Amino acid sequence: MSTPTSTATTLTVRVRRQDRPQDRPYTQIFEVPYQPDMNVISVLQAIAARPVTADGQGTTPVAWDCNCLEEVCGACSMLINGRVRQACSCLVDELLRQGPEISLAPLTKFPVVRDLVVDRSRMFEALKKVRAWIPVDTYADIGPGPTISVEQQEQMYPLSRCMTCGCCMEVCPQYHDASDFIGPAPIAQAALFNLNPVGKMTASERLRALMGPGGITDCGNAQNCVKVCPKEVPLTWAIGKVGRDATIEAVRRWLLR
Amino acid sequence: MAKQRVVIVGGGLAGLAAAMQLAENEITVDLISMVPVKRSHSVCAQGGINCVNKFTRAQGDTEWNHFEDTVYGGEFLNNQPPVKEMCYWAPKIVDLADRLGVPFNRSPEGNLAVRRFGGTLYKRTVYAGASTGQQLLYALDEQVRRWEAEGLIKKYEFWEFLAPVLDERGICRGCVAQDMFSLEIKAFPADAVILATGGCGLIFGKSTMSMVCTGAANARAYRAGVIYANPEFVQVHPTAIPGADKLRLISEAARGESGRVWVPRRKGDARHPNEIPEAERYYFLEERYPKYGNLVPRDIATREIFAVCKEGYSVNPHTYAVYLDLTERATGVKPEVLRKKLGAILETYQKFRGVDPLSEPMQIFPAVHYSMGGLWVDYERDGHTGGLRLDSPRNQQTNVPGLYAIGEADYQYHGANRLGANSLLSCIFAGLIMGPAIQALFRNLPGGSVDKVPGSLFDQAVGQCRERMAALLRKDGPENPYQLHRELGELMTRNVTVVRHNAELKQTLDELERLSERYQRCGLSDRGPWTNQTLSFTRALGDMLLLAKVITAAALRRDECRGAHYKPEFSIPPPTAERPDELREQARQWCRKYHAQNQQWLKTTLAKWTPQGADFSYEPVECDSIAPRPRTYGLKGAEIIDEVWKSEMAGAAEAKAAAAH
Repeated sequence: MSTPTSTATTLTVRVRRQDRPQDRPYTQIFEVPYQPDMNVISVLQAIAARPVTADGQGTTPVAWDCNCLEEVCGACSMLINGRVRQACSCLVDELLRQGPEISLAPLTKFPVVRDLVVDRSRMFEALKKVRAWIPVDTYADIGPGPTISVEQQEQMYPLSRCMTCGCCMEVCPQYHDASDFIGPAPIAQAALFNLNPVGKMTASERLRALMGPGGITDCGNAQNCVKVCPKEVPLTWAIGKVGRDATIEAVRRWLLR
Repeated sequence: MAKQRVVIVGGGLAGLAAAMQLAENEITVDLISMVPVKRSHSVCAQGGINCVNKFTRAQGDTEWNHFEDTVYGGEFLNNQPPVKEMCYWAPKIVDLADRLGVPFNRSPEGNLAVRRFGGTLYKRTVYAGASTGQQLLYALDEQVRRWEAEGLIKKYEFWEFLAPVLDERGICRGCVAQDMFSLEIKAFPADAVILATGGCGLIFGKSTMSMVCTGAANARAYRAGVIYANPEFVQVHPTAIPGADKLRLISEAARGESGRVWVPRRKGDARHPNEIPEAERYYFLEERYPKYGNLVPRDIATREIFAVCKEGYSVNPHTYAVYLDLTERATGVKPEVLRKKLGAILETYQKFRGVDPLSEPMQIFPAVHYSMGGLWVDYERDGHTGGLRLDSPRNQQTNVPGLYAIGEADYQYHGANRLGANSLLSCIFAGLIMGPAIQALFRNLPGGSVDKVPGSLFDQAVGQCRERMAALLRKDGPENPYQLHRELGELMTRNVTVVRHNAELKQTLDELERLSERYQRCGLSDRGPWTNQTLSFTRALGDMLLLAKVITAAALRRDECRGAHYKPEFSIPPPTAERPDELREQARQWCRKYHAQNQQWLKTTLAKWTPQGADFSYEPVECDSIAPRPRTYGLKGAEIIDEVWKSEMAGAAEAKAAAAH
């Protein structure tokens, strides 16, 4: 077990809350008993078990999204001390090194449903736009897939770990409710499917989807995305590759006119 | 006549496999899930999926061996025809996953790379790093999105299943579910409902499972009349990282890639593990089980780890733990190789414990992990192959016509203990066979089309669910549901997991009654009409209490040791005599007792809900292809048992099996 880095017995947790999508946000402060090995999930669980604010007012538990608690599902994205990350892998001892208070807020690039719960369906819709699947002929047994080299697999696997958590969207300056930009993650998914030997057969469809408005040209190269991705998906590499492939595709189409 | 439709509840591997197969068969699907489907618990699976493959075939492996290993691993409690069918399908399922784009690790020649997993001597496990569940789930999620884009599948994410809808003849006509944001309760009429609602680890408080794995949906089906089978069989995985909110899994793959479990030979040795020389390390699984070593099946590994800690060998002064060693010194494998094969779990340990497993041994301890038991489902055996008749509507159907269960939610395939990397297989298999099963059902619907059913049936069902919700929202008592849940988890983990004693199980039932009474006096800290997570949790707590009673009562009734269900008071003492003739006689006694135990207990537990508690009965297990035999896994000292059984008992057991078939 890790040794606590702090002599704190209670944690001060400041939560940006919002009751309904149409309501105004407000802040509530909670005092949560400290335990070693806590993560932000256990802080929220402690608040749910005793939903009383620091000044003694009874309130409702803070609503939040989570499932796996081990950083593979992408559910618990939120702003913790101003930085976007997964709540489950955010250890309280690490936060306390930054300061005595913990602040929690919902993602800003997605509409709030309640408290820390936001509606990220825009990201899932984007995956339809880039046809993020292998268009197999059938699920019937028609034999094995093509052989794939170790090198190819090592390029594909890191891209396949994207859990559609939204961290990259949160920090991308081009992604917001006044823009059409599809965002980093779906572009990287297009790159993944274009790397697969069968996916490659429909690469031009994916590229074309990214060559219109809201596509690859909207990327401003801020490179924030790759810095916050919890799974270290090579987002900027993928965006670069898709950009180059889109150029080649444009030239190809022009030559075939 | 409107198009026939199916409702699938649950978007994990099983639910998505069923959805995509039905969509390909042009059957409309409504898919209900509490979380966006790619966040389903299947995403946590790490180690891999089993199938006979080119490499193992070259060594003489066959699907029959996979079948045998699975049934032996399940201590013969598995009905054999479904297992046989599953093992013969396995290579095809892996081929499909490959074609769907799952980025499995590759061999130098570009073939699927393989590793060894528990309970087998062949390298049958195909894998994508150490996050195979994630990649498999994502591949199915992608296919479902494809059908969604074409209008064949409609997803209802952030919706919670409340109850099946049964007509006056007891036929399932759909289900009722609730929008978790607006709290709208709606009926979903359908010609068939498939429950793919996973396991029930949250009943034990902390487990390797995700927050949606309460078993509540299964409990709601049980309350509506679906039989629950083998509830007492809960798998405790040997290697997890202890934690405040969750016990995080370290895949069996770590041991498959040469990770070794050990404790210092000297109890309480306070030296850093890297300072402890080889000779002073007790590799207890390797010493006790020379044949299977660190890859003995999970129930055996878990019991050994428990026992060793109880004997005083724990490596942590504050809590029970043993070492799982992936350092090069212990494994002989270079770190770069392990990073490619086990990356995700190395990251998990690093993230949550702050230590790199390649530089010093991990500290792990067992954790509740999987429900072998679940909703009872039927199957139809194929007389020729000994597998399944796939064109039968009976496959995966519960005792309620039109209501199916697949994946971890069903009780089939794994018997008394599941082998690692067989769950990803059984989930996808059961999902895919829903294709032909539902097609067969639709050719001959027992109650005719759901379109003919009067709307009043659904209005009534919705009304009942609304009333139950209103009653829950009115609860204003002093008891805190989160506190009650914590007590439930501690109680169940303490008394109903690895080692079970009848006295403690009885106490547990009493305590569960008290918890249920206190549950009636719960208060909800949130009575609001929007995104009310407390409502959902408190409602699920009632379901967890119900299932906890069924699990505990079933465990109390089963007086034997089988797979994951272990009651020392009924274990058969091993032969220990020095003289060979005495030893042989003791082994003979052991075999006779074991045979008698099988006569009495080789049967499936069936539980039916009544207002007074579960009504238990049993049904025989179909052991038509492989005769039961002692499950020793080459335990040192147990060789005599295997030998005596083979020479003296096997003939009788086989004859019985042949007669039953």
